[in-house]
Amino acid sequence: MRAPSSELPIKFDGVTVAAGGVTILDDIALTLAPGLPTVLIGPNGSGKSTLLRLAMGLLAPSRGRITWGGLEHVPPLKRAIVFQRPAMLRRSAAANLRFALRAAGIPHAEHARRIAELLELVGLHALADRAARRLSGGEQQRLALARALARDPAVLFLDEPTASLDPIATKAVEDIIRAVSERNIKVVMATHDLGEARRLAGEIVMLHRGRIVETGAAASFFDAPQTPEAGAFLAGELLI
Amino acid sequence: MPDGPSALQLVLSGDPALFAIVRLSLYVSLSAVALAALIGIPLGAWIALTRFPGRQGIIVLLNALMGLPPVVVGLAVYLALSRSGPLGAFGLLFTASAMIVAQTVLVTPIIAALTRQTIEDLWLEYRDELTAMNLGPLGRIMALIWDARFSLVTALLAGFGRAAAEVGAIIIVGGNIEGFTRTMTTAIALETSKGDLPLAVGLGLVLISIVIAVNALAWSVRRAGERLAG
Ligand SMILES: Nc1ncnc2c1ncn2[C@@H]1O[C@H](COP(=O)(O)OP(=O)(O)O)[C@@H](O)[C@H]1O
Ligand SMILES: [Mg+2]
Repeated sequence: MRAPSSELPIKFDGVTVAAGGVTILDDIALTLAPGLPTVLIGPNGSGKSTLLRLAMGLLAPSRGRITWGGLEHVPPLKRAIVFQRPAMLRRSAAANLRFALRAAGIPHAEHARRIAELLELVGLHALADRAARRLSGGEQQRLALARALARDPAVLFLDEPTASLDPIATKAVEDIIRAVSERNIKVVMATHDLGEARRLAGEIVMLHRGRIVETGAAASFFDAPQTPEAGAFLAGELLI
Repeated sequence: MPDGPSALQLVLSGDPALFAIVRLSLYVSLSAVALAALIGIPLGAWIALTRFPGRQGIIVLLNALMGLPPVVVGLAVYLALSRSGPLGAFGLLFTASAMIVAQTVLVTPIIAALTRQTIEDLWLEYRDELTAMNLGPLGRIMALIWDARFSLVTALLAGFGRAAAEVGAIIIVGGNIEGFTRTMTTAIALETSKGDLPLAVGLGLVLISIVIAVNALAWSVRRAGERLAG
């Protein structure tokens, strides 16, 4: 168990992102607080990835401001992200983790133990010496999770972590996400898979065309959506 | 045909004159590649990761310089090193060092241009991950160079192939002086016309073997890279 970190809450205040004359996110107000996973849902192109990049600090808003624990411009020392298509370094699985540990400034003496723990957590201990790019899609996704956790983050952002995985690989990744959340690491995850949102979410943030259309506790969101967009999305209608 | 040993006999018997020439050739070209790597890899990596005005022009120029005509490089280095030239005081003209300088000029753009392309492609792929890991500029460059190591070795071998095979630059600045600046390519170019065909053919055989060996090495490096790094 860890003490609540200064990274949280992450507050979005009137955040707008525009690129090339297009508004990608429009006037976002959002607070990401400690607790159960926050799941961003919404159709493709609704702005989920952009919102995660903002919260990670990889992208600056065009307007508005973002604060981490009340401060602006906090370097991502205690934040980590798994991208929708994680890039595997051209090294072994274990060396990918060692690289992340070194980048996070973890003392060298701890590397071997931490690598073994992380590989065990994601079930890749047998593949430690395999070239990371030679791993299957599901294995790469789990290695990317381990690599993000190597930073010992207080907040973990996940961008559609199971999008291209089969059911067995999806279950493996979701189990890891649950284990991570139980360790008091704040999980913020984007998905367009409603089943996955139901299984993992404590809180839902629904995006549509760059705007937040509805937020709320997962149970009430799924039982009684308040907006027509959320109702249509839950009913499986195509939102355009 | 003049009397005396045949080309193959020269090679197989380990003729000392022939092997002195081979040794000097390898010394000159390997030194040039080492120097060109020291300049070209950091330069290529820097251009790959930095945005500045005129960058596109530099990249086009660098790519064009890959095809620099060796005789023109030889001429330019000759003028620079000649007694009245800006570097004349060093007295390097017609020495092995002059040949190393000329081949370094020839090979540096090749290594720099290939490094730039390799590192830039890798940076596009790694940028988000390395940024999310809060890595500084030095850490980024080290990671990119390390992960591109197999491609970079291939670039070095391409540079070596170019240096080992060229004659235009080193014949001008070296002068093909026997026992001093006579290399495989200059000997082949000049001894053929003087009638020493066995030496020329023997050196030709050695040169072709070296080129084949370098290409085989480049191929194995690529294979090893794919297996070890994916
Ligand atoms: N750098 C960019 N420049 C222009 N448009 C972009 C850029 N990044 C994303 N977009 C656009 O913004 C919209 C939202 O993208 P994204 O955040 O990736 O959505 P999601 O992850 O929900 O699918 C999409 O229409 C996308 O094409
Ligand atoms: Mg996305």
